[in-house]
Amino acid sequence: MEVALRMAEFPLLSAIIWLPVLGAIALLILPRNDRLIRWFTLVVSLVDFAIALPLFSWFDKSFSGMQFVEKHTWIKAWNISYFLGVDGISVLFILLSALITILCVLISWEAVTEKVKEFHIALLLTSAAMMGVFCSLDLFLFYLFWEAMLIPMYLIIGIWGGPNRLYATIKFFLYTLVGSVLMLVGIIFLYLKAGTFNILEIMKLGLPYHFQFWLFWAFFAAFAVKVPMWPVHTWLPDAHTEAPTAGSVILAGILIKMGAYGFLRFSLSFFPVAAKAMMVPMLVLSVIAIVYGGIICLAQTDLKRLIAYSSVSHMGFVTLGIFSLEGNAVEGAILQMINHGIVTGALFMCVGIVYERTHTRAIKDYGGLATVMPIYAAFFMVFTLASIGLPGTNGFIGEFLILLGTFASKRWAAALGALGVIIGAAYMLRLYQQVFYQEVNPKVAGLPDVKMREVLALIPMLFLVLIIGCYPTPFLAFMHESVRSLLEHVHGASAVSFSEIIKEGLHVVLPS
Amino acid sequence: MWSSLPSFVAVYPEALLVTVASIMALVDRWIRPKAVFTWATIITALVALGLVFLTQGATFGASYAADSYGVFFKMIFLLVLLLVTLLSPGYNQLLKINFGEYYALLMFAVTGMMLMASTRDIILLYLGVELMSLSVYVLVGLLYNELRSLEGAMKYFLLGSFASAFLLLAMTYLYGLTASTNIEVIAKKVLEYGLSGNKALALSAALFVIAFGFKVALVPFHMWSPDAYEGAPTSVTAFMSVGPKAAGFAAMGRVFLVALGASKLEWTQLLVPLAVLTMFTGAILAVVQTNIKRLLAYSSITHAGYAVLGIIAGTKEGMAATMAYLFLYAFMNIGAFATIILLRRKDFLGENIYDYQGLSKTHPTVALVMLLFLFSLTGIPPTAGFIGKFYVFRAAFEAGHVWLVIGAVLASAIAAYPYLRIVMLMYMKPPEKEVEITLTPYIFAGLLVSVLGVLLFGVYPAPVIDFARACCAGFLP
Repeated sequence: MEVALRMAEFPLLSAIIWLPVLGAIALLILPRNDRLIRWFTLVVSLVDFAIALPLFSWFDKSFSGMQFVEKHTWIKAWNISYFLGVDGISVLFILLSALITILCVLISWEAVTEKVKEFHIALLLTSAAMMGVFCSLDLFLFYLFWEAMLIPMYLIIGIWGGPNRLYATIKFFLYTLVGSVLMLVGIIFLYLKAGTFNILEIMKLGLPYHFQFWLFWAFFAAFAVKVPMWPVHTWLPDAHTEAPTAGSVILAGILIKMGAYGFLRFSLSFFPVAAKAMMVPMLVLSVIAIVYGGIICLAQTDLKRLIAYSSVSHMGFVTLGIFSLEGNAVEGAILQMINHGIVTGALFMCVGIVYERTHTRAIKDYGGLATVMPIYAAFFMVFTLASIGLPGTNGFIGEFLILLGTFASKRWAAALGALGVIIGAAYMLRLYQQVFYQEVNPKVAGLPDVKMREVLALIPMLFLVLIIGCYPTPFLAFMHESVRSLLEHVHGASAVSFSEIIKEGLHVVLPS
Repeated sequence: MWSSLPSFVAVYPEALLVTVASIMALVDRWIRPKAVFTWATIITALVALGLVFLTQGATFGASYAADSYGVFFKMIFLLVLLLVTLLSPGYNQLLKINFGEYYALLMFAVTGMMLMASTRDIILLYLGVELMSLSVYVLVGLLYNELRSLEGAMKYFLLGSFASAFLLLAMTYLYGLTASTNIEVIAKKVLEYGLSGNKALALSAALFVIAFGFKVALVPFHMWSPDAYEGAPTSVTAFMSVGPKAAGFAAMGRVFLVALGASKLEWTQLLVPLAVLTMFTGAILAVVQTNIKRLLAYSSITHAGYAVLGIIAGTKEGMAATMAYLFLYAFMNIGAFATIILLRRKDFLGENIYDYQGLSKTHPTVALVMLLFLFSLTGIPPTAGFIGKFYVFRAAFEAGHVWLVIGAVLASAIAAYPYLRIVMLMYMKPPEKEVEITLTPYIFAGLLVSVLGVLLFGVYPAPVIDFARACCAGFLP
């Protein structure tokens, strides 16, 4: 597949990525004045968002290739270049990352009181690395950002997290690292085959199936851990539960999207034959994640843990959409990633808001909040309904598209996936009922309602939920061309016969 | 008459080091301000570094050659000498070992290493090994009032002598088979006589593996290293964790890739299991250590396991990878030891990892620097450690050792835990003890060089890669 490039006249993507890094370096030398540091970080993240906004309007939606491309030689000896660019698949994530960074600063304004400077440095570096991941068109550069992000995230969870944070953060780090190093082996293989790290060149490689098969699983190891797919999801509930609110929001909002993005960008386009052959196992894993994650949610007694497990279920929808390899479903999956980032991020912010007031996450400690904090309850209601996928909210559009597309390619998967919507309604409504209705729990009686700063952080999320829910066309328009050409690439690859899939599968158990 | 004398140009750097070292050892009594020795060593190291790049050619009947292969390793050794000298003064003063002999011994050891890197004759190789080893044995035992220093030196000495015997035996077989001690002649004879499948040659290769295994601390020949690392003064530990190791790899390159290039299959078969064992044992044992010097000893065992991947690859690219790896490793490992030295006070060792608890609160900059070195040792980009690892993995993969690389990446995931544990203690636990930092201008300079090396080569490694490749270009056919 030949991918067209449109070079950037102004290094916009570089500016978006490196501004937070410069901000972090500036923070390093700034005096330890908490107020100053918070305002400074807020300004940096606002400016970064402002720089990222032109992407939204300047992006040519009728162009299927890479736009805003920057390419410079970096390490000549290994044929590595500093190669950035976005297409319809990645552009929205950059905007979302920039937005979420701002909200994270706002939401931790009062929650983070210790090592304020370090916190904001870590936050800005995470944000930069995440945006780097979505922009990289060079595998080496991609891996650099992908791994570099681990360091600040490890610190965010480990330093500012809850009581069991040490366990959670080590688990997060090691799970991710094991997955990533296996991908590294795959990257080395691809590099030696193609002689370059250029993602667009590697796409044209057309490796034979038995290579694609192994590489698919090597990359799967990294992406599945990040998504997280069942059965490697166990780090997520721990990390989410223990992370500070901003950490949870980043995790839910962007970090776990990197895994799904990886599937789209690499697994599908590098290994189209293997992706087609592995479609059924992937769909099965996705359905398991949807149903299993949902059922586990029903048994949770901790607010954050419940939302964390709901992430597993929702990300199951995303992988379901990706691996059904159907236009609507893939677009739905991308939109659902954005949706999940918004909704789950918002839900974690909401939990953070009450947690700051009560310092408890146990559901049984709450009750009757709707009478105590009515405005808060209204916000929470909208996000709950979006999480369930009520028509009129963004969740509906995403899930509907995914199920529609999946139904066209594999009916059983769509039918089983739809179960997840029902279970989702059950656990989310149950949560809402227990926290906001019933008798007012004496522990929460007299809590002050949301403050202006908190409302400011929640409003953009609410706005996006409703906009995407009512009029998703402008967002979907970003993806049409890129998704179409990606799927053409996947379906254009030669198919493998069923017998070969079985044979190759047996090779895993019995080496030839 | 003069024309009959061999030209000494090729050994100018070594000659300079030996001369300065001998003078320093002699005049120590009369010179009170010991800073003179520090500065003399720094200047000598820099001048020698300049000479290394300028000198060329072979001497002593082609048994010694200042070739480009040697240049890269000499650059590593002199860098190590420089960094170690920078972090020595304050610490050594505290332990009352800041005297001329200390620096002289460092220089003698470095001379030995340089001989090992540039030799073309196995007898000279042996001399280099001995010069290096004997100097380092003494350095380890400098704190002879402390039991653990003596114990470490004793263990190191006994096992090291044992390894030297293996080395001699290996050389004997090789000489017996080829009737030459010149590495290039040996290589030619091995091919000529069709010795590649010969049992005696295989035995010689095995003995070489054991001997060098001792020197670079491959499992199961690593037993001496945790004790020696723990017992030695920390400045010496920093030195021996990189210098002699790199010298061992330099000699391995000469012996395995050139002299025994024809029987690659035999020694690869021996080195592969050793490498796997080394990487996993080092990584797993580091997990349970509570003394940071022991922890870094096990970590350096793991790192030797990665570095040996380049030798196993047996290609030019592999050798270049190992060289680049060792060069980058020097910055991060010596940097980490420099941070340990910072914590040392008269009555406070600062070696227990719990001493680092809450360091980010009391000394945020030191903690940040240590964090950088630890993540570099873990191999997380954008640090130099990642580049080094990537290079050796790539070279081994290219040579067809796919499973070995998969094993290596998994070992590196295990090896991450001990480093993370220290980061965790520094950043995620409240401080318990009063920790003070003794910062001298020297050690500050040393830390600065290390930090810059780790970051700069992590982001822009092209010069190192290019130079390592260029140095290997003429080394292997």
